[in-house]
Amino acid sequence: MREVAVIGVGKTAFGAFADRDLRSLAVEAGLACLADAKVSPSKIEAFYLGNFAGPSFVGQNHLAPYIAGAMGVEHVPCTRFEAACASSGSAFFHAFSSVASGMYDLVLVGGVEKMTSQTTPKVTEILAGAGDMAGEGRAGATFPALFAMIARRHMHQFGTTREQLAAVAVKNHANGAKNPQAHMRKIITMEQALNGKPIADPLTVYDCSLVSDGAAAVLICPLERAYEFTSKPIRVRGIAQTSDHVALDEKDDITTFRAVKEAAQKAYKMAGVTAADIQFAELHDCFTIAEIVATEDLGFVEKGSGGPYVLEGKTCLRGERPINTSGGLKSKGHPVGATGVAQICDVVLQIRGDAGQRQIARHDLGLTQNLGGSGATAVVTILGAA
Amino acid sequence: MTGVIYTETVVFAPPEQFAADAPYQLAIVTLEDGKRLTARISGDRVAIGDAVELAETRNNIPFFSKK
Repeated sequence: MREVAVIGVGKTAFGAFADRDLRSLAVEAGLACLADAKVSPSKIEAFYLGNFAGPSFVGQNHLAPYIAGAMGVEHVPCTRFEAACASSGSAFFHAFSSVASGMYDLVLVGGVEKMTSQTTPKVTEILAGAGDMAGEGRAGATFPALFAMIARRHMHQFGTTREQLAAVAVKNHANGAKNPQAHMRKIITMEQALNGKPIADPLTVYDCSLVSDGAAAVLICPLERAYEFTSKPIRVRGIAQTSDHVALDEKDDITTFRAVKEAAQKAYKMAGVTAADIQFAELHDCFTIAEIVATEDLGFVEKGSGGPYVLEGKTCLRGERPINTSGGLKSKGHPVGATGVAQICDVVLQIRGDAGQRQIARHDLGLTQNLGGSGATAVVTILGAA
Repeated sequence: MTGVIYTETVVFAPPEQFAADAPYQLAIVTLEDGKRLTARISGDRVAIGDAVELAETRNNIPFFSKK
């Protein structure tokens, strides 16, 4: 297997853009990425696209060639990957495999979602389709409801508190306020976070990530060719995708995401590192409880200690292991199909030292964790300086 | 059918088709055989550990109530 490097990154701002369509967002991110690597679209050998629900949100199917053609990436395999909120993490995993195997050298990976043209109840209904519609969906489970039930159980078993959940939102908003491309660049207080409008008890609006439009892209190639394109290639040190039951009620223990634990162990082994070596991470904070559970599943802390870990400030920008320096899904925004690749872009920017006001001091080895549904798909990627 | 509440929530922001029902309580019930089922709660609110029984099935949705 060949070593693989990220040689270009590109993102649109995340937000609610009434005047932008899905394709224009994806094309903007893709072309920004190719410009970053100074590579012509005609050199791209394959295009892998993550998108959760373009057909439901905007009525457009056959998205990969639709977007590729508009970028000038033509006559090559163009494929869309759907794995709920891990769609573009999964696209990246498969793109990585194609370069590592020796099949292609230059592969573009994109992710996009255009969500805000639908009403909130309709968005809620479309997102619920990432769960088991014949079981939990039939009973009226929304995604906030599924994560609320995870939070309730976590609180019951480990004494996790509302303050600890809210601390995730306060931290991520503080980071997102420093990110010029974030959807909601607004600092929030603990008091605000604790008194938000209820969505699904115990989660309030401040525990939920944002409904956003946006796109992201990365360009990968074999590490041995990376210096042809950039002086700062970023090496993919480890990567794994795993899966679990879609329905929450089919999981033995809902306070942990088994797929995340297994993906993390595989990725650590591939990279030859342990959890303790990871200096910073972009984690899938679709809901505040999800970030807390992720810190436990990744082995950053003992099971049940994720709440105190965030409340004590260990994961803030100047903490021992900064988490979601971009603002995370909570503040940066969560255009679901774009999120996995956007996380990789943000870790790459930190490792390069290009993260601006949110640049952290120790930034040689970072991790991304992208979660689909209530844990049915997990992708963990470890990136490091080449 | 009887069981014990494994976890629960009250939904304030429903999907489009359940807009008229909100707020409603949703739970995962551990049944006697150890299997779990996602169900709605009718009557009094329940908490983790409460014993519940199937009250009715409406529109293919199981509704449990406190025993």
